Amino acid sequence: MTTVTTDIPPRDYQLSDKNAQQAFDRGLASAEWYHTDVDRKVMKALMKRSDGPAIRDTLIWLCLLVASGAGVIVLWGSWWVLPFVLIYGVLYGSACDARWHECGHGTAFKTAWMNDAVYQFASFLVMRNPVTWRWSHARHHTDTVIVGRDAEIAVMRPPDLLKVVLNFVGVFDVWYSMKALLLNVGGVLQEHELSFVPEPEQGKAVAAARVHVVIYAATIVAAIVLGSWLPLILIGGPRAYGCWHMLMTGLLQHGGLADNVTDHRLNSRTVLMNPVSRFIYWNMNYHVEHHMFPMVPFHALPQLHALIKHDLPAANPSIWDGYAEMIPAFLRQLRNEDYYVRRELPPTAKPYREDLREI
Amino acid sequence: MSDWIDVCATDDIEEEDVIRFDHGIRSFAIYHSPEGEFFATDGLCTHEQVHLADGLVMDHTIECPKHNGQFNYTTGKATRLPACDHLGTYPVRVAGGQVQIQLSE
Ligand code: FES
Repeated sequence: MTTVTTDIPPRDYQLSDKNAQQAFDRGLASAEWYHTDVDRKVMKALMKRSDGPAIRDTLIWLCLLVASGAGVIVLWGSWWVLPFVLIYGVLYGSACDARWHECGHGTAFKTAWMNDAVYQFASFLVMRNPVTWRWSHARHHTDTVIVGRDAEIAVMRPPDLLKVVLNFVGVFDVWYSMKALLLNVGGVLQEHELSFVPEPEQGKAVAAARVHVVIYAATIVAAIVLGSWLPLILIGGPRAYGCWHMLMTGLLQHGGLADNVTDHRLNSRTVLMNPVSRFIYWNMNYHVEHHMFPMVPFHALPQLHALIKHDLPAANPSIWDGYAEMIPAFLRQLRNEDYYVRRELPPTAKPYREDLREI
Repeated sequence: MSDWIDVCATDDIEEEDVIRFDHGIRSFAIYHSPEGEFFATDGLCTHEQVHLADGLVMDHTIECPKHNGQFNYTTGKATRLPACDHLGTYPVRVAGGQVQIQLSE
């Protein structure tokens, strides 16, 4: 691993017309990205869709969700409820993110309605408007970690570490998600949303937000009527108290790595993880591979990783190792926001695209 | 005036697959359906101008490699977001073992 600093002006992350123009002028927006060469026949086999793995995993997920939720209801009022709350919280507030993601790409299941149904359900759990976030994620794939273009940069520079830490219990995320949903309910899309949601889709965003907010309102009413926190522990609350695993894994995707580059090997991180985290995260730990080839379903990513790892920086061997790399980078970015971690490529890899540009 | 232009030999495209065909400044996607028929559409996705030939053919659907937008390649119709606008389609025939596309000048 080498470390790099560059001398560029402070970053402006607003998705404004000015910043978009700058990114286009510098060839960073809607750019051609580096791809490892993969034989077409092999890639076709990797891209092939099937329902089996996603049906299996979704049934396991839903059964565990219902069972742990039932445990919460039955044991409510006793200390024995705590392990059930912890398990339910992670299955709700963390696993939802990966289901939202994979089904949003439409790659998890072969059958379209299954992707759509799980996408809608997971969007509700993760408190994301299913319409606006579909478009924001498309932008994230077009302009991954391009400042002023990517709407999904989790840690901007210089990093606000208090915000990062508080987000492990959803503090800011829930606030921003609720604010966006409530504005959408009133027919308002925020400026950044308008920059990527096309006009014909905006009405659908408003309708979706209304459905979500009605369910949350009914949950709050139920809590008041019952005089109990239980409804909020079961609905909505897990997005805060159970999202720590989503944060833990999600921050590793791009944290501390390069921005404003057009090579996912420079701005994304693949981390090898334990099987439980990989189930919760649906293999999104193979993040370089996912960004390079978003057509490959979650269940084929380990094979894709084995196929192209000769062309990628070595994967971090554990979550711990990923944090050992990322946290010092965040700390250095507090003093110098241009600092980033640049990982060594193996001798078998093609060189990085050296079109790092200033913005 | 319309011309039939040679694209490739029929066995150059596997069934349920697609290839890219560039002609002048234009790019096309040429498909071989599971039933053995050939079709042609614009080569670039209407969402963000990515070459569809790197995508995945499933039955009569082509899925774009960038954001998984989908089109019915027999009609050009966009069938999955973020693809909204339809693709242009072009007549295709097989003559003397060659796949040909008809383009108006
Ligand atoms: S470029 Fe094809 S779906 Fe976005």
